[in-house]
Amino acid sequence: MSPILQIKNITKRYGGLTAVNDVSFDVNAGEILSVIGPNGAGKSTLFRLISSFVPATSGEVLFNGERISSLAPHKVARMGVVRTFQETTIFRSMTVRENIIVSHHLRSKASLFGFFLGSKQAKEDEAAFAASADDIVDFLGLQAIRNELASNLPQGHLRALGMAIGLATDPKVILLDEPFAGMNHDETMKMVGLVRRLRDERGVTVLLVEHDMPAVMKISDRIVCINFGQKLAEGTPQEIRENEKVIEAYLGSEDAAIGM
Amino acid sequence: MNTKKLLGFAAFLIAVFVLVPLFISATGRWDFFYTLTSVALLSVGAAGVWLTFYIGRINIGQGAYALVGGYVSTILVTQVGMSFWLTLPLAGLFCAFVSALIGFPILRLRGVYFAMVTLVLTEVARLTALALPITNGAKGITSIPLPGELSIFGLTIIPAFGSLSNPRFGFYIMAVLLMVITYLVLWRIVNSRLGHLCRSLQQNEELSASIGVNTAYLRLLAYAISSFFGGIAGAMFASIAQSIYPSSFVVADSVNFMLYCFLGGLGYVFGPMLGTFLLYFGWDLLSIAKEYQLLIYSGVMILLMLVLPNGVLSLLDKKEGSK
Repeated sequence: MSPILQIKNITKRYGGLTAVNDVSFDVNAGEILSVIGPNGAGKSTLFRLISSFVPATSGEVLFNGERISSLAPHKVARMGVVRTFQETTIFRSMTVRENIIVSHHLRSKASLFGFFLGSKQAKEDEAAFAASADDIVDFLGLQAIRNELASNLPQGHLRALGMAIGLATDPKVILLDEPFAGMNHDETMKMVGLVRRLRDERGVTVLLVEHDMPAVMKISDRIVCINFGQKLAEGTPQEIRENEKVIEAYLGSEDAAIGM
Repeated sequence: MNTKKLLGFAAFLIAVFVLVPLFISATGRWDFFYTLTSVALLSVGAAGVWLTFYIGRINIGQGAYALVGGYVSTILVTQVGMSFWLTLPLAGLFCAFVSALIGFPILRLRGVYFAMVTLVLTEVARLTALALPITNGAKGITSIPLPGELSIFGLTIIPAFGSLSNPRFGFYIMAVLLMVITYLVLWRIVNSRLGHLCRSLQQNEELSASIGVNTAYLRLLAYAISSFFGGIAGAMFASIAQSIYPSSFVVADSVNFMLYCFLGGLGYVFGPMLGTFLLYFGWDLLSIAKEYQLLIYSGVMILLMLVLPNGVLSLLDKKEGSK
């Protein structure tokens, strides 16, 4: 497998604080890779760096060999690296379907002016978006709430909607920020299945940040563990489970935390 | 557009182009033409402010662009001798260009910070008009000739205003026409993908960027369109008044443009049009209260914002909801 995403010696400093320190790893096409680490380890910053929402102090991120760090976030999204948000960020006063349709922006062939005039291409685009949105609604099992206003949705649905928004952009790599946070066991297992299908049925490479160790162990092909902004270990779930440094980082609650 | 909307639109056109002129000529209140012309032009400016609201920015600087548009058109007419009808779009384009230059740095600001900078813009425009030699300082530019004839291939589309027996009626028709076109454009923007993207920007800029929207460009585009509207409104105003001064549009006008939008409703394309109408006439009607005019006016405004935070047009929604 070839690396689709390469993170090379990336570092982010905020004043005197080094949030991410010289982290490197590769993400292979078609794999599910999780980034784990204790609270404040720099996982979220790492995500913001990869999606280019914050500029790196040094180091770089390559997507298919092309440098994407320092590009504007919308350009990174355009290339196919799309993030979802931890804070269940959605367009609150749109319905579920509207949320998904508007997120098809990257797939539009008509220009904004074409859309304004209602050109033939624009009409074709809109029809395609609507069809694709319905497809995504079916894929994620959101049929019952498709016309519900996003601000009225409960947590679990919001997270699914966040994923739907990500899917609408037709990503090659999707970055999921804590997709299982605040979910009970059943919900988590459902989500695990969904993330798997994302990869298996839609061929999306998945990079996720997560706290929930049992879920991470279950879902990941490989795991990268970071602590205090530095990479501690990288390997299969089995290797990570047995890694001394990782166990130490989760000291005191290793059994429960690592999910054995 | 469905039939109901088309009928409503037709009814509106008949009302403004036929019924209102008939009513005015029947009552002989020719001054109403002037008042309604002002309402129509102010609502063109308010349409621009509304569009900046639609991308999530509070714009208290429309007065600046109205002033710039007024001066650009006036200077082109008086010094270059250009036809007014040509200067009208040019004034709009000039404002759009200036707003793109100004917007590039300031549109990064959000919330109250953006609002404050735009508030200052009006004052900057006024002071610039006072200082520049071409704008003739505080004396302003007066005796601007009335718009001439507009003809294409010898076909007269708009007759010279000077030759009209009632130029006020001519201005009324022109201003209302401008308003109708403006709101058709705005309506089309809002109901096309462009508007959907603006909404996404208003609700969450970060997410908007992450689905691939070039947020900086879209903000600039919306702001430029907004200022274009401000510019043509100002140009038309100057031509009607046949004069323009640095104080033609001041901070209070900028604030009013914003209030028109608030009053009509930020969620409704035709909100600013209704808001302008209500506020303009409301203010005039309250003049019977003499020295209490401002007090009552402000009180009513505060009350309206408390009771109807989504504007007057939200009343329609409630009715539909209860059905």
